[in-house]
Amino acid sequence: MPPPIARSCSPTEVMNNASLVFEGVSKTFTTGDRSVTALQSLDIRIQAGKVTGLIGPDGAGKTTLMRLAAGLLLPDAGSIHALGMDVVRQPLQVQSSVGYMPQRFGLYEDLSVQENLELYADLQGLGRAERAASYQELMHMTGLAPFTRRLAGRLSGGMKQKLGLACTLVRPPRLLLLDEPTVGVDPVSRRELWSIVYRQVKEQGMSVLLSTAYLDEAQRCDEVILIHEGRRLGQGTPQYFSEPMRGRTFRVTAPGFTKRALQARLGATPGIVDAIIEGEHVRIVTADPRLPDLSPLTSGQGALHIEPAEPIFEDAFIAALKGDQAVASARQLSQFPQVAPVGPEQEAVIEVCGLERRFGDFYAVKNVSFSVRRGEIFGLLGANGAGKSTTFRMLCGLLPVSAGKVQVAGYDLHHAGARARGRLGYMAQRFSLYANLSVLQNLRFFASAYGLGGARGRARIAWALEAFELKEYSGDNSDDLPLGFKQRLAMAAALMHEPDILFLDEPTSGVDPLARREFWQRINALAESGVTVLVTTHFMDEANYCDRLVIMAEGEVLARGTPAQMKARFRSDELSDPTMEDAFIGLIEAHEQGGGDAP
Amino acid sequence: MNERAASRMRLVGMIRKESLQILRDPSSIAIAFVMPVVLLLLFGYGVSLDARHVPLAVVVEQPDTNTASLIGSFQHSAYFNLKSFDSIHAAQQAFDLREVFGIVWLRNDFSEQLLSRGNASIGVIVNGVNANQARITQGYIQGVWQVWLGHYARSRGMELTLPVALAPRIWFNAAVSSRDFLVPGLIALIMTLIGALLTSMVVAREWERGTMEALMVTPIRIGELVIGKLVPYFVLGMGGMLLSVATAVWLFEVPLRGSFWLLSAASALFMLVALGMGLVISVVAKNQFVAGQIAIVVTFLPAFILSGFIFQISSMPAAIQLITHIIPARYYVAILQTLFLAGDIWPIVLSNCAVLALMLFVLLAVARRKLHKRLDA
Repeated sequence: MPPPIARSCSPTEVMNNASLVFEGVSKTFTTGDRSVTALQSLDIRIQAGKVTGLIGPDGAGKTTLMRLAAGLLLPDAGSIHALGMDVVRQPLQVQSSVGYMPQRFGLYEDLSVQENLELYADLQGLGRAERAASYQELMHMTGLAPFTRRLAGRLSGGMKQKLGLACTLVRPPRLLLLDEPTVGVDPVSRRELWSIVYRQVKEQGMSVLLSTAYLDEAQRCDEVILIHEGRRLGQGTPQYFSEPMRGRTFRVTAPGFTKRALQARLGATPGIVDAIIEGEHVRIVTADPRLPDLSPLTSGQGALHIEPAEPIFEDAFIAALKGDQAVASARQLSQFPQVAPVGPEQEAVIEVCGLERRFGDFYAVKNVSFSVRRGEIFGLLGANGAGKSTTFRMLCGLLPVSAGKVQVAGYDLHHAGARARGRLGYMAQRFSLYANLSVLQNLRFFASAYGLGGARGRARIAWALEAFELKEYSGDNSDDLPLGFKQRLAMAAALMHEPDILFLDEPTSGVDPLARREFWQRINALAESGVTVLVTTHFMDEANYCDRLVIMAEGEVLARGTPAQMKARFRSDELSDPTMEDAFIGLIEAHEQGGGDAP
Repeated sequence: MNERAASRMRLVGMIRKESLQILRDPSSIAIAFVMPVVLLLLFGYGVSLDARHVPLAVVVEQPDTNTASLIGSFQHSAYFNLKSFDSIHAAQQAFDLREVFGIVWLRNDFSEQLLSRGNASIGVIVNGVNANQARITQGYIQGVWQVWLGHYARSRGMELTLPVALAPRIWFNAAVSSRDFLVPGLIALIMTLIGALLTSMVVAREWERGTMEALMVTPIRIGELVIGKLVPYFVLGMGGMLLSVATAVWLFEVPLRGSFWLLSAASALFMLVALGMGLVISVVAKNQFVAGQIAIVVTFLPAFILSGFIFQISSMPAAIQLITHIIPARYYVAILQTLFLAGDIWPIVLSNCAVLALMLFVLLAVARRKLHKRLDA
């Protein structure tokens, strides 16, 4: 499918309305003997007074573009004008009227909220007289007013991000550059951040360029620029992207199949670009408006139920970027061997009862109970600091429990931690890989760490290179791999000893949508082969991929059940088809009103 | 608002932020105040290059009034703790067990020689493993022996007949107290720590935490950023200097013979050099660990070893002596030791200050060239 073509603008319209213009901008980075082209003769125009989303997979050049616009990098070729000023020649003037919030906003964690604001007010040259009003306004808008004396380091992730935005807005810039402002932020704070941004646009006439890895956020932009490998694939309204997909999106259910089996088969069917699990059905995107013949899939085991679905921006994104990769990965999935079923399907392999973990007088995890059945994908969903990782570490025997009972694979962790650990694989949040060892050396190390020597060790390493398509990277240092490949390697390492329970702690954090899809295909294949998977995530759409999940906040379980049950609780007249995010926000709000203290 | 007022506001904002961070960061306080105090106490009380209360074995094979008088002299000296042994074998055993550091051996013909020749020889054995202490101990023993011999001769109304009479006079540090030159030298060490180590680490921390990127996009000028960053550490370093001088003068009673104002001016110059080194390191090192390692290896260790603070530069091998010329602490230690122990010797102070000023100029030129408000420079 050809990528969407940029909407053409007349030159006069551009001159009058553009607040940021890139013309033929190229940028190449050289480290050692490798050089990476981040941007290739890129032309973009950001319209004044609008919110423009910058969307692209990991490594597409989003951050480089932002830094160039802020005058932090010099382009190798081309020109950049912000608010009519040449960024290369007049960086200081540009920086006086442009606000930029880098991906990890530079809050001083040992300064209080108020002190951070004051520093940026000083640096931005905000007059003394205007300060009180500005602070009050910003604190009110961000909901940080009760916390002005608190150290920034003690704020939750979402509050930090809001404070970062407040610091950038302390003297309202005419052009606001936001580099992935919502990464790792819980859905409630995300909604608040968006409403602050829109308020600025409306009240101040500010122009905003915002990059994001959350494709659902593209829907909220006035205009979207899609970039990939340093080139612009298209620019237009979200509808401009999603409209060509109309008639190519469907929801499929098949009574005779598990949703994962159905998804795997649909994903491998020629003519289907994308197949993801969405609650109880599988959502597919086809290459042509014509639905391919799906009858061979069921091979007489019952009928497929197919209904059209509303196209969204994500469909266009995947269709534009994915190309022929889908078929290639699907082929590899047969590489996962069947795990010999040790017990009946319904047997609980993980049993957690009244689990608690205290740090001093702070409860990181409080009275958490759930059980996970064999071959199930079980999710722990929650914002940063909800207690997901702490729960995980206790389940893996990495952290002693303060109270409660944990049984993993039939072993009581109090007494048989080591034996239970031999049965489980663990993939940590930050992919515990050795950065300066090659892929092969990492795999060899993990094989030996699990005691896999000789022929068996070699066989497992060969399997890992094959099943995770790591062969051509086997000599590269793991640090030089793209994030998606690091994630594959980390997962391969966690699976070296063929565990029958796999723990994944935020495995897709910071990984772009394409890599996330591929990753989930592997997870699904694993679960189909009988491995029990426990996963934590703050991506709401990923919760849909789980069989059952618990939603956590402040160390407590707010709800448990299947994704469909969770969403059903929030179905109403106004909200006929609530998303997982709606359910999550609804639960959190109910919890906070129910007397829970704000963090 | 005009540009000048805006510039002042940015500068004041930076200084206030940096000061607050220093006050709240336990590690800054530790490096700036706890570390100097520990070093001062350690070097003031613990480490001493003087030999004092050296355990010394004496073997007197035939005790009489002469030997008693000589042993008495040793006993009166604060340098020795005496242990008597009956035979040289017993003394050697104690020596092997390291119970004593040296042996003074008066043989049975001691008084006989003394009476017949007016002079006698004594046996001295010193443990040479620690060469420095051995040399000092040997010197002390010799000193006690010669003084006693002089007394002996005078008491008998005869002139001591030595081929050369040694009449030592020690200048500047009459008591030959190592503390008197160690404690002033320490000031150089403490200021290097604060200036280079602390500064390079706090700049690296800004890179590490991503705060530098946010700072750079504000209208702040690179000069304001640098000055705002350095002023608080300059104050901190001068505070460390004052603390050290006060401790040296009042606690350890090291004389300050030169003028305090000259000392302060020279220290301010050295502080700027140390800050300049920290700044240049921070251009290279963008994380705290690397910055700390570089600062220790490039600034702190040379200030310790190659500055003449502990080890005499003139007794180093020629190649190492050459290297010491590029160590700023070397010039500052020379100034410190001159001002404390000798006084305002202008030629020495000025020539060393001139070298420091040249170094400062070079460091600032390098920093100026290398620091940009950009990430890829």
